[in-house]
Amino acid sequence: MSAHPTQAGDHASGQQHPISLYLKVWGLLFVLSTLSYLVDYFNIQGLLRWFLLIAFMLLKGGLIIGVFMHMRWERLALIVAILLPPLCLMVFIGLMQAEAHYTYDTRGAFFSAPPTTQAAKPPGKG
Amino acid sequence: MEQHPQAAGASPALPSGWQGLVADWSSDQRAFKVSWGKAMMWIFLVSDTFVFSCFLIGYMTVRISTTVPWPNVSEAFSLKIGNVSVPMLLIAIMTFILISSSGTMAMAVHFAYLRERGKAAVLMLVTALFGASFVSLQAFEWTNLIINEGVRPWGSPLGAAQFGSSFFMITGFHGLHVTAGVIYLLTVAYRLFKGRYEQSGNYQIVEIAGLYWHFVDLVWVFIFALFYLW
Repeated sequence: MSAHPTQAGDHASGQQHPISLYLKVWGLLFVLSTLSYLVDYFNIQGLLRWFLLIAFMLLKGGLIIGVFMHMRWERLALIVAILLPPLCLMVFIGLMQAEAHYTYDTRGAFFSAPPTTQAAKPPGKG
Repeated sequence: MEQHPQAAGASPALPSGWQGLVADWSSDQRAFKVSWGKAMMWIFLVSDTFVFSCFLIGYMTVRISTTVPWPNVSEAFSLKIGNVSVPMLLIAIMTFILISSSGTMAMAVHFAYLRERGKAAVLMLVTALFGASFVSLQAFEWTNLIINEGVRPWGSPLGAAQFGSSFFMITGFHGLHVTAGVIYLLTVAYRLFKGRYEQSGNYQIVEIAGLYWHFVDLVWVFIFALFYLW
């Protein structure tokens, strides 16, 4: 923030950072995107795929929020107010995951059960 | 009773009614030490986070719960070069375009605070051009999927019907954000060219517009990983 105090100093809330930093982050985002693309290209499957995709995604997100959106230079009050509420979504994700698995199991039980135990229902939506 | 001279007598009478309500909420109570414009943009972005999260969580829910196999996304979004079909090429290009637009946007903010408004405006124009080309590629992608693959919001010949609805909903809403962002950036760039902020010397509008643009890029990072690569 102190890179050009004479020019930007009267508007101290302005974020002033060297352009080389932005270029580095730009390059890093390119590398991370390429890596996550390669995960698909080489058809990595299973737990490793999940782990790599999530890891690259969070790294990219962190770089964009932290540097491009200047979050790491903001005051903690703002950071907490912005980043804390979305954490509630973790609960939402957990709930919906349980719900979705339950729906899947129910569909399995009712749509494809052998006709002897259950009146066979036509497979279809709804 | 103890007297509080400052509380009772010294300060002027508070306005009542609606004026009072506005005054109470807008007077000296300040939690965020940034301009109101920037704080409001951040709060808008938090709300937008929830909107996009709802779409992505909905997508997760229908994808887990469907009994029909999910289409091979990698093949659905392949691009033919000559006779070779390269999987995901279009999406990769779109990703790099959007990242590059974020890079130029960050540089525009840098030059705006240096009060080099010409450079800042040009960089914002470049950002908007990247954004426009992203939307064009998305239109191409939609056309290809609708016409050649026969994917519809209510069904998909490639596999689970939910693929169509999730795809059009999520990418459509994101494309709408990019389109709005392009208009926003062009407006601010035009004002920079005109020198509207020269007198006040306050170029924070560029940073605020940048916040929105980086957010659009951020959402794409999540869509790219969760929808296209999962």
